[in-house]
Amino acid sequence: MSRGDIVAMLQGAVVTVTLSFIGILIGLPLGLGLAILRWANTPLLARVVAVYVSMLRATPLVTLLLLLFFALPNVGVPIGPISAAVLALVMNTSAFNCEVWRASLDAFPKDQYEAAQAVGMRAGQRFRRIVLPQIAHASLPGLVNEMSLLIKVTPVLAVVGVVDITRAAVRIGAETFEPLPPFLLAVALYVPIVFALVSLQRFIERRQAEAAA
Amino acid sequence: MMRDFAIVWGERSLLLSGLANTTVLSVLSATCALLLGVMLTPALMSRWRAIALPARVFVDGMRCVPFLLFAYIVYYGLPSLGLRLDNWSSGLAALIIYNTAYMAEILRGAWQAQPREPIEAGIAFGFPEAKLFRRIILPPLLLTAGPVLGNQMIQIIKDSAFLTIIALPELTHAASSIQSRHYVPFAAFITAVLLYWGLCLIVEAGVSAVGRLAEARR
Repeated sequence: MSRGDIVAMLQGAVVTVTLSFIGILIGLPLGLGLAILRWANTPLLARVVAVYVSMLRATPLVTLLLLLFFALPNVGVPIGPISAAVLALVMNTSAFNCEVWRASLDAFPKDQYEAAQAVGMRAGQRFRRIVLPQIAHASLPGLVNEMSLLIKVTPVLAVVGVVDITRAAVRIGAETFEPLPPFLLAVALYVPIVFALVSLQRFIERRQAEAAA
Repeated sequence: MMRDFAIVWGERSLLLSGLANTTVLSVLSATCALLLGVMLTPALMSRWRAIALPARVFVDGMRCVPFLLFAYIVYYGLPSLGLRLDNWSSGLAALIIYNTAYMAEILRGAWQAQPREPIEAGIAFGFPEAKLFRRIILPPLLLTAGPVLGNQMIQIIKDSAFLTIIALPELTHAASSIQSRHYVPFAAFITAVLLYWGLCLIVEAGVSAVGRLAEARR
């Protein structure tokens, strides 16, 4: 592997991290929105969200990505590899985030909500000041766990031509006829990213356990 | 649109063989990974560092590596070690090795959450270690870990789709070839998505059946 190859892999790493970050940034609030729709038992929409989440959680990211990438242009929505990748990541992670948010919403003590009602807080205020800070705290470990899962499925994005770590490794392997070194370098790039998130999750869990004790 | 689905229906034998491959691959690798995981868990819990440390490094390492990359490494890497495997065996091997780590970690978590009393009672009764693990520790472990093991099974089904990159003819690969042959992307891939969904719903039904069994035995 030449110096240029290593630079190409690092550039791929920037793409991987950026796309994951965008996916997380959009998927996090979207998951919360979906969870609220289910929690509030919004007629019809709650059912639609339930089906969406169940289906998305069962769909491999490759299949979803290929579906979006090939089918959307077919119905007249032009879509490039990058936007297909972001859309697939957002759809995937929002479904998982929805379940994490929903679990903490379901566990939220009802008496607090009623107390907020009794002191005359409006619905938006109740949610923002009473519910959200607490469920954000409770959901945090699950959400960080979901982020590390998301990073681990991003190599799939290479399938539609996004030039991420994996795509760079495949190209270099094909050019040099030695696929092993670039793939090992790719692993060396992914491991610290995932490990940082896993450590962050453990750190948060430990701190929350200490705070509760 | 109906015409597109008619085309997919016309190719149903290809799709069904893809579904069969996905199912066989997932069930086989889940079973083997669970068996190997059962053997690896005591190593993780071992008092001897010489045993616990390598097991921990393997498990944590696997949990930080994306499966797709791991599959690539097994597929391209083993031949350079002199081991020639076709795409079926290397895909299956990748799934098994990778998920053994996850299964072992799941069982370790469940083990640590187990009540100490039955285990202490087993020791007091003079069970030898292997028998203690097999008869006292393992059965409740598998029952309480049921839902998480089910999640992992779903994860395996989804991971198996990644093997399309090494041209293993599983469900996503079948949908891809139908799409490229007839240019019916939506119909082909949405059918695959629905089939994956069906598989996962079956796993979830199985998990709740195990849950009821665990509840009845408590």
